[in-house]
Amino acid sequence: MTSTLSAGLSLKPEYYEQSHACSADGLWFEVHPENYMVAGGPRLAWLKTIRARHPLSLHGVALSLAADAEPDPNHLQRLAQLVQRFEPALVSEHLAWSTWRGAYHPDLLPFPRTTYALARIAANIGRAQDVLQRPIAIENPSHYLHIEGHEFSEIEFLTELARRTGCRLLLDVNNVYVSANNMGFDAQNYLDWFPAALVAEIHLAGHTQDLKLGTALLVDSHDAPVDAAVWQLYERLIARIGPRPTLIERDGNLPAFDELLAERTHADAVLRSSVPALLAA
Amino acid sequence: MTPHIATLTLRAFQDEFAQALLATDSGAIPATDVAALIVEPGFAVYRNTVVKGCVDALQANYPAVERLVGEEWLRAAAAIYARAELPSHPMLLAYGAGFAEFLRTFAPAAELPYLADVARLDRFWSEAHTARDEEPLEPAVIRQRSLDELARVVLRPHAASRWAWFDALPIFTIWQRNRDAAFDHEAAPQIAWTGEGALITRPHGAVQAIQVDAAACAFLDACAAGRSMAEAASAAIRTDPTVDLSALMASLLNAGAFASGQTTEEFR
Repeated sequence: MTSTLSAGLSLKPEYYEQSHACSADGLWFEVHPENYMVAGGPRLAWLKTIRARHPLSLHGVALSLAADAEPDPNHLQRLAQLVQRFEPALVSEHLAWSTWRGAYHPDLLPFPRTTYALARIAANIGRAQDVLQRPIAIENPSHYLHIEGHEFSEIEFLTELARRTGCRLLLDVNNVYVSANNMGFDAQNYLDWFPAALVAEIHLAGHTQDLKLGTALLVDSHDAPVDAAVWQLYERLIARIGPRPTLIERDGNLPAFDELLAERTHADAVLRSSVPALLAA
Repeated sequence: MTPHIATLTLRAFQDEFAQALLATDSGAIPATDVAALIVEPGFAVYRNTVVKGCVDALQANYPAVERLVGEEWLRAAAAIYARAELPSHPMLLAYGAGFAEFLRTFAPAAELPYLADVARLDRFWSEAHTARDEEPLEPAVIRQRSLDELARVVLRPHAASRWAWFDALPIFTIWQRNRDAAFDHEAAPQIAWTGEGALITRPHGAVQAIQVDAAACAFLDACAAGRSMAEAASAAIRTDPTVDLSALMASLLNAGAFASGQTTEEFR
């Protein structure tokens, strides 16, 4: 492995004690920094305790980098304080917007990938990286709408952002699967073309079917185990690009910690088996 | 002619998209090509996720209110609040500062006169939970002082301390019994329907709540306003001439209501 991070888990308050105690080799934890932007109290104390034992990743959901506005300087400052305090191994955000004209929409909203948007988002990522004093990784979101007016494919857009800003990419394989299903493209083809050298982190999560439309509309709900089809895509991806820190992402319908740990062990095994395979090739 | 998305500026796209996310009336939807997105089934995913994110946060932040009204009622009320009052920042642990006042004038809550104040105590709990870490003033520090010294001391409430007196209703008891999901309502004594006060704070790791009387609340109000202990004691006596000041002080100190590190010379 090129880094000591193997497979990681979302850190949830429900699992603080088990997460802290877990000694799996290469384990790391990821949190949404927004949940730790507090003045004090048990949450921060827990994060400090867990960080003392495990590497940490800060995965932001609210910098709103794709908004046609500068990132909120107060929010960016709070994020910088967490980065300074917890020295995370990874910091990431999304290719999406959420805060708009002072209101926070708790979602990852889409936009047309135009030349204008590219320049705006590159400037926003540059601003964030300047304040955080480190590169961040940008994640491909899930798609649900056929937006007219895209001038770039998502891969072209992400690659160009990385070229302009030096940012890395967070490849969410489940989001690719969900988007491919909803938008009607080939997930495997997308992953085969994704620029390997830029991938700093991978996400795996579960999805659900829309209540009315069933498989015609999949929702990136993070409340179910990783789907078998997503595991297959992941295994093929790792065989191509080699091991990368991989997160089992779970936000809702939380199972027993051991169930998540079993998924994490699966990802860890895929990562570890890829090294000899790459060497043999 | 309606502009095409390709020609909409990113700013205009985001204005219209944000407006459409919360629109419940299709007449309010802009007549541009964003309207074409709104009719796609996928648009409902964004709409639902935005409101669900807010409602989930309110449900997490107001557990005693939820226990009193049930999950369905709480989520329906929260959705109405969320559409009117999206979070102003992404720290959802702090979302819903206006929820108690919303409930106070929310017509379906009219038959539950205690609901808004119970929500206030849920809010106090969240604020105490995330407040700055601070050492509480140890009771022993006070015991070492003479009465003359104490009279001049200014006690500062702990950063996590929140308190309120409720004149008409036993808000503390109602809140406490419904905050704890495991509380056995069957086995509990009958509630006495009189006014009650609450002090919620976090002297060390965990949030703690105690019932306090009107005099204690007056005492804490005076301390928070920077008055000396002598003045705070006068305020307590004005509120309740029969107050037992030493018992009042003992209960507040034992609860960790005050911060160590005082503002007067005696305590430096």
